[in-house]
Amino acid sequence: MRMAMAVAVMTFREAVRDRILYLLLAFALVMIATARFLALLTVGSEARIVADTGMAAIAFFGVLTAIFVGVSLITKEIEQRTAYTVLARPMTRGTFVLGKYLGLLMTLWVNAAVMSLGFVLLLALRGDPILPVLPALWLTAMELAVVTALALFFSALATSSILGILFTLGLYVAGHLVWSFPLLASRLGPGWGTRVVMAVYYVLPNLDRFNVRAAVIHGDAIPLEFIALQTAYGMGWAILLILAASLAFSRRDLT
Amino acid sequence: MIRSSDEPVLTARGLCKTFRGHLSVGRTQVLRGLDLTVYPGEIYGFIGANGAGKTTTIKILAGLIHPNAGEFRLLGYDGADPRSRRGLGFLPEHPNFPGYLSGREFLDFQARLVGLDRGRRRRDVGRLLDEVGMAGRADTPLRKCSKGMLQRLGIAQALLGDPVLLILDEPMSGLDPAGRRDLRDLILAQPARGTTVFFSSHILSDAEVLCDRVGILREGRLALEGSLDTILGPGAAAWDVTATRASGLNAGSGTTAISRQDDRVLFRVEGEAALADLLDRLRAAGAGLHSVTPRRLTLEERFLDLEEQGTRARHEERAP
Repeated sequence: MRMAMAVAVMTFREAVRDRILYLLLAFALVMIATARFLALLTVGSEARIVADTGMAAIAFFGVLTAIFVGVSLITKEIEQRTAYTVLARPMTRGTFVLGKYLGLLMTLWVNAAVMSLGFVLLLALRGDPILPVLPALWLTAMELAVVTALALFFSALATSSILGILFTLGLYVAGHLVWSFPLLASRLGPGWGTRVVMAVYYVLPNLDRFNVRAAVIHGDAIPLEFIALQTAYGMGWAILLILAASLAFSRRDLT
Repeated sequence: MIRSSDEPVLTARGLCKTFRGHLSVGRTQVLRGLDLTVYPGEIYGFIGANGAGKTTTIKILAGLIHPNAGEFRLLGYDGADPRSRRGLGFLPEHPNFPGYLSGREFLDFQARLVGLDRGRRRRDVGRLLDEVGMAGRADTPLRKCSKGMLQRLGIAQALLGDPVLLILDEPMSGLDPAGRRDLRDLILAQPARGTTVFFSSHILSDAEVLCDRVGILREGRLALEGSLDTILGPGAAAWDVTATRASGLNAGSGTTAISRQDDRVLFRVEGEAALADLLDRLRAAGAGLHSVTPRRLTLEERFLDLEEQGTRARHEERAP
């Protein structure tokens, strides 16, 4: 664990020194801050628009960073040969993958925390309620944990970042559409098609379960049990994906 | 002192590695049953032409590549066990390190991986930066460092935590003459610190100066292994003798005058009897003796000889 933490701290440090991260963060903060201008375009639902734009911006920029940074995390270390001296230390490949994961997740969470702070500040200034948006922000953090693990899995598996990005983006979109698969299966009727659709339904992570933004905006209370269940669901998927990434990376030759 | 009765720090038996091409099309067999044994306290030179499999072997030993067949042990552990790399210092070929770090930060990170505490990290990092001549550039971001500077830093990270075994892949690569001299001294000082050195090189003069034993890799196997004395012969069998005022001298059998300049003549002498005979003749003729240099087969000559033999054998196989 000591080695995983050392790798994590170094990954965090690398990300913090990357200027692109600041650019994305600044862009997201500007978007959150200008949400009220968007609200001017509609009548009577300004608070909803501000809340919706703010929460969506945090999730969108978080996922964007998770995918683009996550996918290159291991690929880049191999291409640039920077992993060689690290992996020749007495550590397993799994330790390295875990360290990389924790480092990136730490970065993304700090990033999301800064964005959330800006968002909450805006809500406070407007006098809008803050408490209802917190579950949505927490579940976004959980979704980031899953998407980062997904990106890292493809980074450990794929030899090119482009392929990794395509696969991760594909699974991210599919993960948000998973809810519609049973509907599709019922339309298909009994047969092979239904079995395949349902098999995919059970295999993919249901990422839409982390999106409670619509419910928050409609003023629905998010039960604590649901939040706990979703947190466990996210953690479970992240652990599963990290194990798979470790296994894939363990078999890989660094040529 | 090297004793072959000591338990080896490194053994490899029948290592094989085949790389598959893109989409598994095409195969390149790099290692074909390599055996290696390195004993504590020795400096072992791993020599071979480009593409002979030196880097593949070293990457297998460092845990970066998995062999298809065979096994190896490092420092008493099976090579597949990460514990085998405790006490290992490793320098990869053409090392590259994160450009956003400075040399000091990078070494500190590596020292954490080695498990050194804060006090020792600070002390050892400073000492090693000094030892490899990087103290003045310790805080420069690595993306601004030259290849030679990265090489020096690579050597420093390999030395962190006083390793028992150093595995260095082409350590002289990218270094300027002063850097090479420093590294030679550093390698020569290791056995006294209790560190065994295994390094690959295609610069044979380096290996000749540094090694207790060398292994010559050819087509994925050790073609020749032993001490320099075993490989090159124990002593000189020929001498170069330079004499002055000897232009009229009649050389005896086993002696050839190979160049003449004014009254200075360079003789090549084969065998001790011929040498004694030439020296007598020079004395009798009143010639001046300028120098007597023993001529020993160089590692390069031996290596090229081996390569030629291999090529010839291959041709004969093809055309029976």
